[in-house]
Amino acid sequence: MGNWEVVIGLEIHAQLATRSKIFSGSPTAYGAAPNTQADLVDLAYPGVLPVFNGEALRMAVKFGLAIDAHIAPRSIFARKNYFYPDLPKGYQISQYEHPVVGKGAITILLDDGTVKRVGVTRAHLEEDAGKSLHEGLANASGIDLNRAGTPLLEIVSEPDMRSAKEAVAYMKKMHTLVRYLEICDGNMQEGSFRCDANVSVRQQGAAKFGTRAEIKNLNSFRFVEKAIQYEVARQIEIIESGGKVVQETRLYDSDKNETRSMRSKEEANDYRYFPDPDLLPLEIEEGFIDSVRATLPELPDEKAARFARDFALSAYDAGVLSASRELGAYFEAVVTALGQAHAKLAANWVMGELSGMLNRDSVEIGESRISAEALAGLLRRIVDTTISGKIAKEVFESMWSDGKPADAIIEERGLKQITDSGAIERVIDEVMAANPKQLADYRSGKDKLFGFFVGQVQKATGGKANPAQLNELLKTKLAGGQAEPARHS
Amino acid sequence: MLHDLSIGELADRLAARELSSVELTRHFLERIERLNPALNAVITVTAEGALAAAAQADARLAAGERGPLLGIPLIHKDIFCTDGVRTSCGSRMLDNFVAPYDATVVAKLKSAGVVMLGKANMDEFAMGSSNETSFYGPVRNPWDTTKVPGGSSGGSAAASAARLAAFTTGTDTGGSIRQPAALTGITGVKPTYGRVSRYGMIAFASSLDQAGVLARSAADAAAVLKVMAGFDPRDSTSVDAPVPDYPALLDAPLKGLKIGLLREFFDGLEPRNAKLIHDALGVFTALGAETLEVSLPHLPMSVPTYYVVAPAECSSNLSRFDGVRYGYRCDHPKDLTDLYERSRGEGFGAEVKRRIMTGTYVLSAGYFDAYYLKAQRVRRLITDEFRAAFEKVDLLAGPTTPTPAFPIGAKIDDPVTMYLNDIYTIGANLAGLPGVSAPCGLVDGLPVGLQLIGPHFAEAKLLGAAHQYQLATDWHTLRPRGYE
Repeated sequence: MGNWEVVIGLEIHAQLATRSKIFSGSPTAYGAAPNTQADLVDLAYPGVLPVFNGEALRMAVKFGLAIDAHIAPRSIFARKNYFYPDLPKGYQISQYEHPVVGKGAITILLDDGTVKRVGVTRAHLEEDAGKSLHEGLANASGIDLNRAGTPLLEIVSEPDMRSAKEAVAYMKKMHTLVRYLEICDGNMQEGSFRCDANVSVRQQGAAKFGTRAEIKNLNSFRFVEKAIQYEVARQIEIIESGGKVVQETRLYDSDKNETRSMRSKEEANDYRYFPDPDLLPLEIEEGFIDSVRATLPELPDEKAARFARDFALSAYDAGVLSASRELGAYFEAVVTALGQAHAKLAANWVMGELSGMLNRDSVEIGESRISAEALAGLLRRIVDTTISGKIAKEVFESMWSDGKPADAIIEERGLKQITDSGAIERVIDEVMAANPKQLADYRSGKDKLFGFFVGQVQKATGGKANPAQLNELLKTKLAGGQAEPARHS
Repeated sequence: MLHDLSIGELADRLAARELSSVELTRHFLERIERLNPALNAVITVTAEGALAAAAQADARLAAGERGPLLGIPLIHKDIFCTDGVRTSCGSRMLDNFVAPYDATVVAKLKSAGVVMLGKANMDEFAMGSSNETSFYGPVRNPWDTTKVPGGSSGGSAAASAARLAAFTTGTDTGGSIRQPAALTGITGVKPTYGRVSRYGMIAFASSLDQAGVLARSAADAAAVLKVMAGFDPRDSTSVDAPVPDYPALLDAPLKGLKIGLLREFFDGLEPRNAKLIHDALGVFTALGAETLEVSLPHLPMSVPTYYVVAPAECSSNLSRFDGVRYGYRCDHPKDLTDLYERSRGEGFGAEVKRRIMTGTYVLSAGYFDAYYLKAQRVRRLITDEFRAAFEKVDLLAGPTTPTPAFPIGAKIDDPVTMYLNDIYTIGANLAGLPGVSAPCGLVDGLPVGLQLIGPHFAEAKLLGAAHQYQLATDWHTLRPRGYE
C-alpha cells in the first residue's frame, strides 16, 4: 500500500450578478430583512409562473466563451423535485440533460511552474434555494426566501485535480475568471461563490476511480484545502485498515476541521428530473453568441501572457499581477506613468509594498490610498536617484498615511539624496579623521572595514548619500587617492 | 327572458340603456340563489362585489363607453385566482386560500367590464371527468340531476347550461371544457395551447392546461375568447401572435371547407350517438363543406399517454402545497415530515393523491424511460399524425364523448372507466390543438356534443364552422327543463 493518488472534481456555484432573480422580478441584493425580496413567484403561490431572465443567459454564455466551451444552441430547464421548506415550489429549476455550456477547460499554474489544464464538463443555469434559520426561534425554524430564485451558474469540473492544492488553484482561477467577466461578485462570505468537492483516492496507476465522497458547501479556499486534506486522509485510513469507502454526501465542519456524513447513496433523493413545462427551451443563435463574444474582456491568461511578454516579467509575477482586472489595471497604469523600461520595478512595488499595505488594512486595490500615478511618482524618484529604495519605503508609508505626493514628502523631510560629490567627500574626510585606528587597520588589509565606513557616512548624512557615489568616493579616499568627480544620471 | 339572451343581445340592450348591468346582475344572482342549491354548480357567490362591479359598468356605459362584455355577468371556474376572493381549486387544500392577485384571464375580463357573480365548482385541482372529486361535493347536471355534468369544469358547464350567468370560464387539460359542455348541451371552446395566458390559473398539467369559455353559442364564445386571448409576458408558454377578431370572422362561408371524419372516433361509439354526429356532418355538407374520412392510427393511445404525462406534471406542480406558506395545514405537526405527510394526506382527495402517486412513479429512477419518455414519444407521434391530417383537411370532426351524461356514482370507483370518458378529447390537448364542442342532439333526453378540432390557431375557423352550424340548427337553443 502507500502509493495513493488523489482524484478531485469540483462543482462550483457562482451566483450570477443579475439585478433581478432568474425567474422573477425580485431584486437579488444581499442582506435585506428576511422575505422582503420575495414576490409571489418566489413564494410559489398557486398559479404563478416563472419567466426567465435573459441577463443570466448572457452571463452563462460569456462564461462558456471564456473557457472555450461549446455553447448549446438549445438547452432545457428541468425540474429537480424534492421537499424542503426553503424550496417553496417543491422543485428547483435547473438544467439537467441539456446544459447551456458544454465541455471547456481552464489552465492552472502549479507550484513547480508547470501549467496544468483542468477540464470543465459543463456549466448550467439554476435557481438558488432560500435559507432555513434555526437559531433564535423556540421550537420552530424560520424561512428566509430572499435568496430563493437567485441565479446560479453551476460549473462542474472533470475529475482532473490530483491534490488539495490543485483544487484550490482551480477554484482561485475560476474565482478570478468570473470576476474578470463581471458575472459574479465572487463574495465568498456571502455565499456568492462556493463549491462542492468530489474526492476519492486510488492506488497510483489504477485504471478505475475509487469510490467518492461529496463534500458540500465549501465557501473559502482554506476550507476547500483543509476539507480535502482531511477527507483524503480519512479515505486512505479506511482502505489501509481493510475497510471500504462508501459513496455519500459529507459536510465539512470548519470548527473541528473534519468532514461528517450527511446522507448515504441509499438515502439520496430520487430527484425525478423532467423538462420544466412552464419554460420554453433556450434557443441560442450564432448572432447572440457573437454579440456576447464582443463583450469579452481580455482574459486572465491573455493578460498574464502579455505582461510576461511586453514587460519581461516572470510567469509567476505576470500571474499575480493579472489575478484581478483591478490589480492588472493598476499595475499597467503605474507602468504607463513610469515607462515600460521600469516595469520590473513597478511589479516589485505593486506585489510587495502595495499589496502588503492593502492586506494589512484590508483595502481593495480599487480603494488604494495611493493611486497608480502617485506610486509612479514615487518610483520615478528611485529611478532618477533622488532617493534610495530604502528611503522610498519610508516615503511610501507616509504617502499611505497622509495621502501626500512623494515629492512633497521628500521635500518636506529633506530626504533628497546627497549627490554632490564635494559634500559626500567632506563627510568622508570627517569620518576618516574621527576613526584613525579603523583607517589604519583598513589600509593594512582589513577590507571588511569598508562597510564600517559606509555605515558611518550614512549615519552622518541620515542615509541620504547616494549609495553608488558613496561607494566609489569612499574606495578612492580610503585608498588614499584623490576622488574624481562622480558621474551619475 | 333576460337569461336567455345572447351576449350580443345583452350588450345591445346595455348599450341602448334599456337594461342596466345592476338589473342584469340582480337577475342572475336571484337565479343562482334559487337554482344553485339543486345543482351545487357555484361554490362562492360574490354578490356584493358583483353589484359594485355592475354599478361601475353602468357608470362606464353612462359615460358613453361601449364594449362587447361591458356589464355582462360571468362565473369563473374556481381554478382562476381572483384577488381577495377564495380560490379553492375544488380542494380542501385551498379551502382557506384567498388569492392575493388576479389571474391574467380574470384581469383581462375585468378590465373589459365583466361582472363576476362567483366561482364555479370543479373537480379537485381539475382532476376528474364528472365533478365528483370536488371537496365541495358533486355538481348535478341540470338536464337530469341524477346525472353528472362532466368535468372538470362541471360547475362552469352546469351554471352556463342552467343560465346562472351569461357565460362561464373553464380550463381544459384533457377535455375539461369540451366534455362537460357536451354533457350539458352548451358550446365549449378549448383554444390552442398558448393562445390564452395560464398565469394565475392553478396548474394541473402545465404542458396541457389551457383556459377557455363555456357559453351558449359559438357567437358568444367568440366574443369572450377575443377578450381572453393574447400574449402574456408572465406566461412563457403563451404565444406572441395577434388575436383575430373572432366575432367578425364568424360569417366566413363554409363552401369548400374540408372536414375530416376521425375514423378512430367512431370505433365502438353507440349507434344513436354516431347517428347524431353523422346528421351534423350532413348539415355541414348541405352548407357546402366537403367531408372525407381520416385516420390517426396512434390516437387510441391518447388515454394511456395522457395518464403518464399529466400525472407526472401534476406530481411536481402540486408539491408547493406543503402546509408551509398557505393552504391547509394539519393540526399539531410533530416535525417537518409529519407536517408534510399529514397536511398533504388530509388536504388532498383520493383522485389527486392517485395522480400524484402515479406521476411520482413514472418519473422515478428506473421507470422514467419506460413511462415518461415513451409517453412523450407517443405524444409526438400523435401530434405528427394530426399535422399530417391537417395537410389534407381544414378541420377534424367527431363526437366529444362516447356517451351522454352518466349517473352520479356510476364510475367514481373505477378510475380507468372514468378516464376513458375523455378518449375523444385528450388528443387535442396532447397536440396543443384548439377544439370546440357544440350540441348536436339528444339521446334519451340528454345532450350530445359534436367536436371539431382545428390546426394550431384555427380558432376563427372552428368558431365560424360551429356558428354556421348553429345558424342552421337549433340544438344549442334547447334548455334543460326547470331552467327556462
